[in-house]
Amino acid sequence: MVMEIVCPAGTPAALRAAVKAGAHTVYCGFADETNARNFPGLNFSRAEMTEGIAFAHSHGSKVLVAINTFPRAGAETIWHSAVSDAHAAGADAVILADVGLLAYAAEDHSDLRRHLSVQAAAANADVINFYAEAFGVKRVVLPRVLSVQEIAAINADTDVETEVFVFGGLCVMAEGRCSLSSYATGLSPNMNGVCSPATHVEYTQEGGDLAARLGGYTIHRVADGEPAPYPTLCKGCFHAGKKTGHVFEDAVSLNAEQLLPQLRDAGVTALKIEGRQRSRSYVSQVVKNFRAAVDALEAGRTLPEGMLARLAEGQASTTGAYRKTWR
Amino acid sequence: MELTVGANQFFWKPEQWAAFYGDLCTAPVDRVVLGELVCSKRLPFYQDQLPTAIERLMQAGKKVTLTSLALVTLKRERKMTSELAAMNIEVEVNDLTALAVLPKDVPFSVGPLVNVYNETTLAWLAGRGATRVCLPPELPLASVAVLTRAANDLGLEIEVWGHGRLPLAISGRCYHARLHGRTKDNCQFACEDDADGLAVETLDNQPFLAINGVQTLSASHASTAYQIEALQDAGVSALRLSPQSTGFVALCDLYRNRIMGKTDATELVAGIVAQNPDCQLSDGFLTGSRGSDWSGSSG
Repeated sequence: MVMEIVCPAGTPAALRAAVKAGAHTVYCGFADETNARNFPGLNFSRAEMTEGIAFAHSHGSKVLVAINTFPRAGAETIWHSAVSDAHAAGADAVILADVGLLAYAAEDHSDLRRHLSVQAAAANADVINFYAEAFGVKRVVLPRVLSVQEIAAINADTDVETEVFVFGGLCVMAEGRCSLSSYATGLSPNMNGVCSPATHVEYTQEGGDLAARLGGYTIHRVADGEPAPYPTLCKGCFHAGKKTGHVFEDAVSLNAEQLLPQLRDAGVTALKIEGRQRSRSYVSQVVKNFRAAVDALEAGRTLPEGMLARLAEGQASTTGAYRKTWR
Repeated sequence: MELTVGANQFFWKPEQWAAFYGDLCTAPVDRVVLGELVCSKRLPFYQDQLPTAIERLMQAGKKVTLTSLALVTLKRERKMTSELAAMNIEVEVNDLTALAVLPKDVPFSVGPLVNVYNETTLAWLAGRGATRVCLPPELPLASVAVLTRAANDLGLEIEVWGHGRLPLAISGRCYHARLHGRTKDNCQFACEDDADGLAVETLDNQPFLAINGVQTLSASHASTAYQIEALQDAGVSALRLSPQSTGFVALCDLYRNRIMGKTDATELVAGIVAQNPDCQLSDGFLTGSRGSDWSGSSG
């Protein structure tokens, strides 16, 4: 079976572009704190969600609604409404991370398909089967800490479908288990749906250098005129021991296009592209390339090489944890 | 209010490990969580000392709990997690994998690395047999208060991160190995040289984080010195003190005096700073605008 391309859409325009470019599936979220890409000007109103889903369905594509932050104590109804509204809008599935929200959805919306978000960081077959048994989860988005061999081992031990990230921003930490951003800025992926938020970024000219700070912490310094990387915490430059450098990860993004045959052989059902914050032209181009690649793979043709390199952040890319030496 | 000693996050020499738990027998703490939380490669170095340490702590009147591993990916780690039950000691779940592989209907506790952010999650865990939950350190005081009220109705005890470097992230990648130009599989145990983690500073030389193998911690030591009354009022049952390589029993004494009302926040902080003058403190997750904020003027 052809691997399913799961494509991000931060706006209704991006959703339409993704569908037209050949995305089998699009994922998106409501314009509030219930999803992990809660950025200004991004995401869908209730009406836009209903229209977007109808558009996708009329073109044979599916829509998954990400409700993958962790509901705040005393305010869970905001997240419950998001699940109810996604159901009412005709979503093909919701992508959830929180145990309480999974329990709510399984109880009150049992006929709405449930996927386990990468934010749940379910990294082995035992825990994946546990989520399936407890909450009827049908698919898991695997955390970006696993090698291809480990993914194959998981698929051998579970009937739950697996979805893996193949392109875009790369979390270095186990997702949903990182509070670096709230330590430095007060805003976190788990609680607020943001990481290293732009509201806390500051660039300063300092004697021929450009310093980039997040929450007042200087994590990049480049000579004037050089491109200044965005100060994402885990891609920052630090002093540690007697060294200075990218302690956690270089300024790279994930590109696993050349691993598609291995991922297929490992039993992966769906390939996920990161980037709900991306433009519709970016989305369109990435989808076209990946759709062509999975179709080529299915037809037994060789994959075009380096098709996406120039779309990668900072021109540098990695296959991340899929190769064991990354660790 | 009780004091719990959390699982040691660091990799210590076996003799240091044994001495630490030996000393805890006479420390003014009620509960000790031990075992390997961070990296499965560390456990074999002190595994054979666990039964003795547990027995001595229990004889000294401490309640003892075994932690599960924080991130379970390998077959060996799945096995290690399922074997926890064989020790016949209560397990602290720090990855839901433990819930999946441990026998059902056996009471358990939930550690700070499980995402318990709301009442429904708490209720679901209680339904599965949870008896106490140490909340994630990221939670603000307002959430702690709501969850503690909900826990009372469910018959659960709530614990809060009381003191120590904050566990901010866990990864598949070992940062100690990376710093030494090695891979995780060939790490040569680079983390054993840093008994409290290796400092990570910003490019302006500002203390910021600390690496500990696959774990990333805060540079600052979180301290609830200024929040004890608020936490007591909220009904929090226990404070969690996170092991550090030096002065830990003295630190337990300082917190015991504080929760007994014998000292105030300023005196507690003065005690902490006297012991460790370079120690940077924080309580921003509970009350500040960000985790690294600190209510006090010093530290």
